Amino acid sequence: MTDNTLAAKAPTAQDAAVPLPRAKFKLAKGHVTALSLIIVGSLWELAGPSMNPLFGSYPSAIWEAGVRMAQSGDLMTAILSSLQPFAAGYLLAALVGIPLGLLIGRYRMVEAAVGIYVTAGYAMPLVALVPLFMLWFGLGFTVKVAIIFTLAIFPICINTWEGVRAVPKALIEVGTSFVAPPAAVMWKIVLPATLPYIIAGMKLAIGKAVIAMVVAEFFTAISGLGGIILNAANQFDTAAMFVPIIILMIMAVGLTSLVRLLERRLAPWQTELSGREAA
Amino acid sequence: MAEVVLKDVVKTFTLQIGGKPQLVNALKGVSFSVQPGEIVALTGPSGCGKTTALRIIMGLESANGGEVRVAGKHVLGCGHDRGMVFQHAELLPWRSALGNVKFGLEMKGVRGKELTERAESYLELVGLKDSMDRRPHQLSGGMKQRVGIARALAIDPAVLLMDEPFGALDAQTREVLQAELLSIHAKTGKTIIFVTHDLDEAVLLADRVVLMTQGEVQDVVDIDLPRPRGDVVAVRAHEEFVKKRYHIWKALHAHAVPDALH
Ligand SMILES: Nc1ncnc2c1ncn2[C@@H]1O[C@H](COP(=O)(O)OP(=O)(O)OP(=O)(O)O)[C@@H](O)[C@H]1O
Ligand SMILES: [Mg+2]
Repeated sequence: MTDNTLAAKAPTAQDAAVPLPRAKFKLAKGHVTALSLIIVGSLWELAGPSMNPLFGSYPSAIWEAGVRMAQSGDLMTAILSSLQPFAAGYLLAALVGIPLGLLIGRYRMVEAAVGIYVTAGYAMPLVALVPLFMLWFGLGFTVKVAIIFTLAIFPICINTWEGVRAVPKALIEVGTSFVAPPAAVMWKIVLPATLPYIIAGMKLAIGKAVIAMVVAEFFTAISGLGGIILNAANQFDTAAMFVPIIILMIMAVGLTSLVRLLERRLAPWQTELSGREAA
Repeated sequence: MAEVVLKDVVKTFTLQIGGKPQLVNALKGVSFSVQPGEIVALTGPSGCGKTTALRIIMGLESANGGEVRVAGKHVLGCGHDRGMVFQHAELLPWRSALGNVKFGLEMKGVRGKELTERAESYLELVGLKDSMDRRPHQLSGGMKQRVGIARALAIDPAVLLMDEPFGALDAQTREVLQAELLSIHAKTGKTIIFVTHDLDEAVLLADRVVLMTQGEVQDVVDIDLPRPRGDVVAVRAHEEFVKKRYHIWKALHAHAVPDALH
C-alpha cells in the first residue's frame, strides 16, 4: 500500500465544503426584535393618554419633548458631556482590569495578595464611596471618571480572573511542552482562552458604567443626561425626563451590541462552538 | 548509545482525600531504554503508570527518584528535542490547523517565511494541506490528531512521544493513521515512544513492547516483524504478529483476570 492510497482515504476540504441549499424563508432575529418593540410601543402609546402626565408619559409625548431638546441643542451638549467621562472611565477600567485579572488568575501569589480586594470591591455597594470621591476629586470631570472607573473595573477584573482559572490545564501544558516562555503562555494561550470571559465582563461593565455615570451626574456637578433627568423631574416635566432615560437605554443596548460584534471579530470560535438554538 | 534511558524511575503522587494525604505509587522503579530510530510501545492495564512514564520523559512531570536521560542528557524539563502528541490532540481552538502547527515552531524561534513554509510542509506530510485554514472544531477527530502530530513533528524533535494518539478514533480512521505513522517513521526515522491499550496497534507499530503493571515493567517483548510494515493486512497475518500478540495478551491477562476464569 502506498501513501497515495492512504491520502485518498483521508477526508479533504473539497468533499465537505459543498454549499447548502438555502432555506426559503428565515425569520431574522432583527425582525422579531423590531416586531416586539412595535407591539410594546403601541400598547404604551394607547395606554399613555389615560395616564396623569405627572406620573407617566407615552412615546409621542416623549418624542416631542426630545425634538424640542434636540433643536435647542441642549440634548447634544448633554450627551457629549455624559459620554466623555463614560468613555474615559470605561476604557480605563478595561485597561487596568484586564491585565490585573490576568495576573491574579495566573499567579497564586498575586491572587493571595490582591484577590481579596477585588472580591470585596465587586460585592460592596461602591456608590457609598461617592461622597468620599467628591472630597478627593472635586465636582468636575475627574470625579465622574473615577466613579465610572470604580464601578466598571470590578466586573471586568473578576470575570477575567475567573476566565484564567477556567483555562484547561491541558492547554497550558501544550505551552510547557513546547518550552513556551511565561510571556508567550500569557499572550498566546491564557489571553485568547480567556477572551470570552473578558468580553462577558465588559458587557456587564457597560450596565455598571451607565449607572455610575448617572449617579455621578446626580450627585456631583449636575450635568449631562443625568442632569436633564433631575432638572426635568424638578419641573414636573415627565415627558422630558423620559428622553435621557430612553437615550441611556439605547446607548447601553448599542454598546452591548458593539461589544458583541467585537466578540465575533476577536473570538469567533466561541460563537461557533456554543450550542444555541437558532429559531 | 540509547536515545532514551529510564533507570529505576520512581514517581509518587500525593492525593488529598477527605483532608487526609494519601500516597499513590505510580511508578515503582521503572527501567527501559529506547534506541535511536526505534518505535517502542508502552502498554498495560489502566492505571499502571504509562501516562506518568511518558510525561516524565517529556519533562511535564518530575520523577521522585531514579534517572531519565534523552540523548545522554538528564531530563530537567521540556525541550525541543522531544515532541508530545496528546491523547485528545489539545489544539488551540482559536488557531487554524496551520496556526496550531506554527505554534510549536514559534516557540522554537522560527519566524517569517520559514515559519509558514515549514508548518505547511508538515501539514502536507499528514495529508491536511487542503484543510489548513480550518479551526479545530471544524476538523474531525482524526484530522485533529493529525494536526497534533504535525505540530509535534514540525519542531523536528529527536523523540516523538504519543499518549494513546489514536485511542479516541474509530477503527477505520485508526488504521489509516497507524499506516500514516509508519510511513512518517520510514521517512523521518524518528524515535517514537507511544502509549496504547490496543495490543494489535502495539505489535503492528513497535519494534519493542514494554508491558507495565502496577508501576513496574513486567516484560519487554521484541517484535521481529520486517519493515516497512505499510501493508497492514499482510502484517496482521504474519506468524510473528500472531505469536507476539498472543504472548502479550496472556502476560496481561495473567494479572488482570481472576483465577476462576483460567
Ligand atoms: N496528577 C495525579 N495526581 C494523583 N495521582 C495521579 C496523578 N496522575 C496519575 N495518578 C495516579 O497514578 C497512577 C498511574 O496513572 P497513569 O495516568 O500514569 O496511568 P495509565 O497507565 O496512563 O492509565 P490509563 O491507561 O487509564 O491512561 C494511577 O493510579 C493514577 O491514579
Ligand atoms: Mg494514560
